[in-house]
Amino acid sequence: MTARSDALFLPAGQPTEARPALRLPGDLAIWWFILAELLVFGVFFVAYAFARANNVELFNAEQAALDRDAGAINTALLLASSYLVVRAVQLAEAGRSRAAAPWILGAIACGLGFVAVKLWEYAIKLGEGVSLASSTFHMFYISLTFFHFMHVLLGLVILGALWVNARSGRYGPDNMNGIETGAAYWHMVDLVWLILFPLVYVMR
Amino acid sequence: MTNSHSTSTHLPAHGTPRRATAIWVALMAATLFTWAVGERGDAGPLVVTVLFALAFAKGTFVILDFMGLRQAPRLWPLLTLGWMALVCAAIGLAYWKGLPT
Repeated sequence: MTARSDALFLPAGQPTEARPALRLPGDLAIWWFILAELLVFGVFFVAYAFARANNVELFNAEQAALDRDAGAINTALLLASSYLVVRAVQLAEAGRSRAAAPWILGAIACGLGFVAVKLWEYAIKLGEGVSLASSTFHMFYISLTFFHFMHVLLGLVILGALWVNARSGRYGPDNMNGIETGAAYWHMVDLVWLILFPLVYVMR
Repeated sequence: MTNSHSTSTHLPAHGTPRRATAIWVALMAATLFTWAVGERGDAGPLVVTVLFALAFAKGTFVILDFMGLRQAPRLWPLLTLGWMALVCAAIGLAYWKGLPT
């Protein structure tokens, strides 16, 4: 095989001789699913940005009324959760499935923290009479964050399954597919929020 | 990177705990910075460029290290990093379009 023909399947910056073995973590299907999800979120983000370009004053004024602390705390919770999942995956790779379980439980706790903060944020906004119909900004704010929120809920269900399996000692270097697949989905939920937070809560 | 099962064909893709911790600390610091920018109400093209350059950098670590795509076939980091670059660039373009003329 020539260097050119297999270039797409090599890691960046690796010379063809001396290249390490390559592997996509988890199930191939989850990666296509993640790509589809990223595309949908991407379209949503760009639509928000261009809607804002036509209503800059409105977006800036209503953004100023958002709770940025809640947004930042939720970013920190998702990052911590992702980190804990990485540690769990590393333990599973080392053949210590049961030791990975508490780390997954920690990740679930952070995810539940995200849910609690988000619900509290929604409750306050709804109390102020904000709805999908109240403005273009709020239409985007509610639908974008709620769409993401639904992904957090699904991610938590997946983490719950990983926790049960890890506790029963199911994962190990010879059985990583499930935990890597679930972990990849959870990191996607985190990745999307890393753009959502500066876009909706900070950019002005 | 070592494997407890020397006979295993599994290739670890998620680095060491030490590296993961260092990355996590950096991601948290970057988040604190973004929050501070928001609290100060800083605005303008330079601020927005910094915000999304930082978001891109954070996302790169999540993709390559947390998702474990650093040692994946090159197509996958290209697609995911490319998605992020494209989205950040489009947001920048929209921001520029909304600037007062």
